[in-house]
Amino acid sequence: MTKRTVTFNCEDSLHMKAIAVLIQKASAFRSSIWLTRGDRRANAKSLLGVMSLGIENGMQVEITAEGPDEEKALDEVAGYLTSPQF
Amino acid sequence: MAAVTLKSIIDEFHLEEITNFGNTEDILITVADVTRPGLQLAGYYEHFGPDRIQLLGNMEMAFLKHLTSEERFHTLETIFSKGIPCMILSRHHEIFPEMLETSKRYSVPLLRTDETTSTIMSSLIKHLNVELAPQTTLHGVLVEIYGEGILILGESGVGKSETAMEIVKRGHRLIADDLVEVRRVSDSTLLGQAPEIIRHLIEIRGLGIMDVKELYGVSSVKMQENINFVINLEIWDERKVYERLGINQETTEILGIKVPSTTIPVRPGRNLAIIAEVAAINFRQKQMGYNAAKALTDRLFGPRKNTESSGT
Repeated sequence: MTKRTVTFNCEDSLHMKAIAVLIQKASAFRSSIWLTRGDRRANAKSLLGVMSLGIENGMQVEITAEGPDEEKALDEVAGYLTSPQF
Repeated sequence: MAAVTLKSIIDEFHLEEITNFGNTEDILITVADVTRPGLQLAGYYEHFGPDRIQLLGNMEMAFLKHLTSEERFHTLETIFSKGIPCMILSRHHEIFPEMLETSKRYSVPLLRTDETTSTIMSSLIKHLNVELAPQTTLHGVLVEIYGEGILILGESGVGKSETAMEIVKRGHRLIADDLVEVRRVSDSTLLGQAPEIIRHLIEIRGLGIMDVKELYGVSSVKMQENINFVINLEIWDERKVYERLGINQETTEILGIKVPSTTIPVRPGRNLAIIAEVAAINFRQKQMGYNAAKALTDRLFGPRKNTESSGT
């Protein structure tokens, strides 16, 4: 299992779209990926789950990945959260 | 540790704030207990829990009334100085001036309600038990089928949301999709609900986000439900042995409570909504004392025993 804390960086008001893309990226991995904000935790492959975290620009998010491709998954998700492109 | 602010308690129970020091947001209640400090007023403080809400009713107020003003001040000062979160008066009791003074001296809010002592006590404890209960969030779907709360768990993309949609179409209710907040409200009860932001929404791949309440009406949704049964969905594994008889009751542990569960292998063409429905009915039947697998065992082996015994 590997984890990292990053800051969500998306000034655009379209961050719902950003989350939709994030889900697609996360779903491509076989590892299970979890996002944690405060005391809430959601599966990074679940759209509604991630939305329920209420992540906004500048917030700290902890990413946890576990599985055969966890390192790659963590890099990809962390990279996307710090500079989303959609 | 779980905690609720005193402010939320005041709002929930419409308590009258006789004294307010602007600190109700900062005062945290962390235990689901309420004390009627009869013994403490009489001077006995062993085993006293100062972190509990203190509640004064008829008896305590009558006791205080019998004291002289000096004694009353001393008695109240002792309890207010212990660091209690607040003092509540039931039945709209008149306040003693010594009470106001000690409340101010230690900045402990003095609150009042019209309700009787036992009513407010039991509602406070019930409310605190729910709010302070250990909780977790699970990735799954919670539906209510024939009155049973069924939690469907499984990997992403296994078909939980689609199953939930069909369960709703068959006349049952949705509580939460994707993320279920579970609270352990007692040693045998788990209560599930959806986070408010995504309440009653379902995401179906290819269609997007749908609002079940708007689409199918209020009779298709529910705010919260106890979790009575767990269905684990998993991709069909040829090497794995699945339950064929239904004699062994598998369980899934959530927050330390073992919930009866079953594992259902998923394969294209299997109608999961019907399987979930049947699982719910079957669970109810078992609860009512009938187990089809056991009945079959009796049919197979019972009569033979009977003939053997009648032959001797």
